[in-house]
Amino acid sequence: MRQTFIDTTKELLDADPRTALVVADISAASFRDAQRRHPDRVFNVGIREQLMAGVGGGLALTGMRPYLHSYAPFLIDRAYEQIKLDLGHQDVGAVLVSIGGSYDAAAEGYTHQSPGDVALLDTLDGWTVHVPGHRDEVPAMLRDAARHDDRVYVRLSEQENSRAQPDGGGLRALRHGGPLVVAVGPMLDPVLEATRGLDVTVAYTNTPRPLDTGGLRSLMRAGELVVVEPYLKGTSAGLVSEALSGLPHRALHLGVGRAEVRRYGSMRDHARAHGLDPAGLRRSISEFLG
Amino acid sequence: MTVMTTPGHPVHALLSRVTGDAKHAPSAHSTLDVLWILYDRVLRVTPGTADDPARDRFLLSKGHGPAAYYAVLAAKGFIPAEWLDDMGGWDSPLGHHPDRLLIPGVEVGTGSLGHGLGLAVGTALGLRAQGHLDTRTFVLLGDAELDEGSNHEAIAYAAAIRLPITAIVIDNRSATHGWPGGIPARFPDWGVSVVGGRDHDEIERALRAVGDRPHLVVAAL
Repeated sequence: MRQTFIDTTKELLDADPRTALVVADISAASFRDAQRRHPDRVFNVGIREQLMAGVGGGLALTGMRPYLHSYAPFLIDRAYEQIKLDLGHQDVGAVLVSIGGSYDAAAEGYTHQSPGDVALLDTLDGWTVHVPGHRDEVPAMLRDAARHDDRVYVRLSEQENSRAQPDGGGLRALRHGGPLVVAVGPMLDPVLEATRGLDVTVAYTNTPRPLDTGGLRSLMRAGELVVVEPYLKGTSAGLVSEALSGLPHRALHLGVGRAEVRRYGSMRDHARAHGLDPAGLRRSISEFLG
Repeated sequence: MTVMTTPGHPVHALLSRVTGDAKHAPSAHSTLDVLWILYDRVLRVTPGTADDPARDRFLLSKGHGPAAYYAVLAAKGFIPAEWLDDMGGWDSPLGHHPDRLLIPGVEVGTGSLGHGLGLAVGTALGLRAQGHLDTRTFVLLGDAELDEGSNHEAIAYAAAIRLPITAIVIDNRSATHGWPGGIPARFPDWGVSVVGGRDHDEIERALRAVGDRPHLVVAAL
């Protein structure tokens, strides 16, 4: 996904003089040729994420369309107040593109992980959040974001489904049956495997914000719902509850736990530790649906 | 030397309307003289060009204590003088920190310290990318505001890329732990002018200086 982001962003820089890119050393080497071609619009500020967000805000104030990129914990967690004030409070936008997400950087440890990025952006107004499940879902997200000035977050991951899903913006049912199981982004493949043989509806989205509330209501079956997100468990619980208000229902929210795992290993190990591997998901979902 | 304490200066009465306090001398407002010189003699922006993409930019990073800023904006016709009478009121566009969405001529909403310099760097880069090579970008900070680490990210980067912005630091020695060695030492590779914070001609000369690298103007009080 990271390479797809790099290739697509270079195309945007070549095609649209409004596009700017700000990085903070991460991935800078991959953009060196773009920086040579567009020295006035491609910036590496060094290891300075607060500045990266501030520069993004300043560029946007002059009418440019800035793309900002780093590891999720540095891009979002570290620069949260700059995102809140230098973008939101100024009423300008930017496209934030992260890598790393929840536990891609398993061996790097908790300093390099951001399970809470989407929850943090949920405290702010006007963010569209894309969580692509496959690299081929990424280019359209980045290109669409070049056509307006809103605030957009694209959360890239090394976790990937075996195939891309076309049209993943709204909730789309991929398997029809009983209670609804929603899979966000790279959770789709584990969810499909975990629910094999179960009488459930499986729906996919790679754009959890704004949440497709209409789709959610129409896909509800038997008043039971499971949401599986690749970031902090329960991030969407409030929005889901609001979307289903007036509809009697039971809901189970699965995602990354709050407690630090304090183990290294691989992202597969961490998926297992958080119960987000197919076996763990099957246990939780079966137990919930009874 | 021209000073702001000249009785009858048009800003005085406006300032009293903001503070509701006729007794306080204008000298209580650390930013007043610099702001007046900026808007009266230096910035190429008027109420008529407040949305012109090529206008000069002034970013008040130190959003605290904006009374002087509001008084100058009113004196220059960006906002009606009547607005000054109700700062912080429910129906007032003027808060205790300025909001760019509510006040014509205000480039950035600030209040939390340490945001203006980064925004100024991005603004200057955006202007240059769009060919506004003569447009100047100014940002005003307080000496205590320099405590915030985010400033130092912007200071170092602006110097590294020789970005010709002008940062003004109002130095009334309000930083809790001071700046031993002086404020200019915190701006390596910037051009530096240290001026009297009430000396209008000195302030103007320093603000007019244009070079090929960032410029620091310390206005000492």
